[in-house]
Amino acid sequence: MKITDILTELDLKIISGHKGLSNEITGGYVSDLLSDVIGNAKEGQVWITLQTHQNIIAVGSLKDISAIIIVKGFVPETATIEKSNIENIPLLSTELDTFNITGRLFELLQKE
Amino acid sequence: MNFFRADLHIHTVLSPCGDLEMSPVNIVSEATMKGLDIIGITDHNTTRHCELINKLAAEKGIFVMQGAEVTTKEEVHCLAFFENTDALKKFQEFLDHNLPEIMNDPAKFGYQVQVDENDNVVYEEKKLLINAISKSFEETEAFTHSMNGIFIPAHINRKKNSIYSQLGLLPGNLNADALEVSKATTPEQFASIHPEINGFPLIRNSDAHWPGDIGTAFTVFFLKKPSFAEIRLALKGDNGRKIIVE
Ligand SMILES: [Zn+2]
Ligand SMILES: [Zn+2]
Repeated sequence: MKITDILTELDLKIISGHKGLSNEITGGYVSDLLSDVIGNAKEGQVWITLQTHQNIIAVGSLKDISAIIIVKGFVPETATIEKSNIENIPLLSTELDTFNITGRLFELLQKE
Repeated sequence: MNFFRADLHIHTVLSPCGDLEMSPVNIVSEATMKGLDIIGITDHNTTRHCELINKLAAEKGIFVMQGAEVTTKEEVHCLAFFENTDALKKFQEFLDHNLPEIMNDPAKFGYQVQVDENDNVVYEEKKLLINAISKSFEETEAFTHSMNGIFIPAHINRKKNSIYSQLGLLPGNLNADALEVSKATTPEQFASIHPEINGFPLIRNSDAHWPGDIGTAFTVFFLKKPSFAEIRLALKGDNGRKIIVE
């Protein structure tokens, strides 16, 4: 499954990083502590977080994350959006909270 | 010039986690006993005890760096210090305005009281001070510097509420006047794992929450005399001023 395959199903808005939309999804990871993501996230996972700081792109790039979903309609900083376009890591937005978007993504990935 | 002993990270009874014994009078007498020349007053998201401590400390010949330990939106703890009452007041307004309207439950989190020099309660902060403000790390840094303040990310070696725990790595464009490590490590030790901090002045403080903690970690400043301007020079290493962590 690619990032493009989950956009409509999960009602995600694309904020930036369009060039990464064909990234392949291997699973998901949920955390708001970037140190934890550095330690534990795996390549190709979709990362769900409420953090909007520019370091989410640095960490996402370090861990080869396929996309970052920002929850609750939080708006990322300009620097974060710019870096997402440079690193080609899609920043996606949902109005849902972490629990609900994670449940939906999990269900979708189970169907595969 | 001379060497001055500074512990720049001290909480008062106004912080919910600050011991009830951390009254302005007790803090100043403990600092005097420990031979400190400079103390920093850094309650969580409030500056309200600075003025009185500044007054009491001046009587004992101790210089006070007045400020707060801010919890940014990302839950990174940062020390912010200001040179005068006006800037401090503006920073207090910034904190009041950006701290969420979530009330403290003293039974769960501890009392948040401001006391006078006779230990009478003169003010109780109703909003929970250990919450995060709605401003980001960079916005807090920018506002602090716009008020000519000194901005120091706190206890960067901790697994909780530090740049590294919350943000994973040092932000590329970090505009910090220094970085603080806690008692649990030394600047050299931490820099050996994180060499990227080497370009920054590194200080070490106690993060005291009860009187006995005060001065248990400190940074030595080499200055003409203790003042905000001299401390700023020392952090920059300008004009022969410097800092030493033993
Ligand atoms: Zn702290
Ligand atoms: Zn502290």
